[in-house]
Amino acid sequence: MAKMDRGKRPLSPHLSIYRPQITSISSIFIRITGNALLISTLLLVWWLSAAAIGPKAFSVVDFVITSWFGDIVMVLSLWALWYHSLGGMRHLIWDTGRGLELKTAEAMGWAMMLGSLILTFLTIWFLNG
Amino acid sequence: MVQLTLPKNSRITRGKVWTKPDGAKNLRTFKIYRWNEEDGKNPQVDTYFVDLDTCGPMILDALIKIKSEIDPTLTFRRSCREGICGSCAMNIDGINTLACIYGMDQVKGDVSIYPLPHMPVIKDLIPDLTHFYAQHASIMPWLETKTDRPAKEWRQSIDDRKKLDGLYECVMCACCSTSCPSYWWNGDEYLGPAALLHAYRWIIDSRDEATTERLDDLEDPFKLYRCHTIMNCTKTCPKGLNPAKSIASIKKLMVERVV
Repeated sequence: MAKMDRGKRPLSPHLSIYRPQITSISSIFIRITGNALLISTLLLVWWLSAAAIGPKAFSVVDFVITSWFGDIVMVLSLWALWYHSLGGMRHLIWDTGRGLELKTAEAMGWAMMLGSLILTFLTIWFLNG
Repeated sequence: MVQLTLPKNSRITRGKVWTKPDGAKNLRTFKIYRWNEEDGKNPQVDTYFVDLDTCGPMILDALIKIKSEIDPTLTFRRSCREGICGSCAMNIDGINTLACIYGMDQVKGDVSIYPLPHMPVIKDLIPDLTHFYAQHASIMPWLETKTDRPAKEWRQSIDDRKKLDGLYECVMCACCSTSCPSYWWNGDEYLGPAALLHAYRWIIDSRDEATTERLDDLEDPFKLYRCHTIMNCTKTCPKGLNPAKSIASIKKLMVERVV
């Protein structure tokens, strides 16, 4: 198939003019959380390996990760983990051919947003005993 | 490839504000994308004012009124004015739809109109659909048979015919494919929701005898599997069809034939 050659023609606007909606937003957040979790995982590996190296190295990393900034990153990562997991479950449901009616798909999108927030709060509450 | 910003020659500049019609009391503002190869300038957004008291109820009515009474150079496709030809597909108020069946009362505030997203523009609201049509042709949109031609027609049971409902109604307006971010970034290889809905329409046709070949052709990292079930296609389809579900059904058939 011939590749699209626009010649002198302009490309019509896309992202900048298309209305954000739950279909696209809930989808792009799966990708964003997935990529962000990769970085969070590296942070955890950094933490663990510092612990293995010795008390000096650990104290530095521990300071960063338990600082207010580290707290924000970890809470966001926790939310990302829940969101990404719920998104994965939605994909598993879709893979069986179910839940593909627009209303159901959109409801699942909202459920992912809300559910991940609730689960994040519950996890923090549970961990703090 | 993902390119979030527009190429240099495609960036939109501020356009002309056309004069308001005399004595009109019920004005509606239209902001419309303009581009003309001959003036050598970047695309711009012109502002028009339409008197709703003397205009029909649909977005297309306003476009026709602008063309006949304010600016005859405004260019757009239209034909049937009843949602069956698919010509007047464009981006209205942030979503792709047919101007003829989209009511002005469905838009709040100013009406923004752009050509279908991420397409080469021929002029104003007219995108180049050559590649889109070539992709449709590539899925063999016809009945492929191997057995001898029957004496009369190819018969089909009522139940098998029902499987085509929700598929045959597609008018190839390209609203769905041009609403799909995957199609924006990988449209050169990814077939997009419209072509895939048509592919499915022939795959599940009980009279078609090329199902294996059709599935073989789609078994490709780009043609089919760039669909990530974003569902902008289903959300925007002006005919209320569900291309996302058709694509999911093809993916399911792909699995079923190997397990």
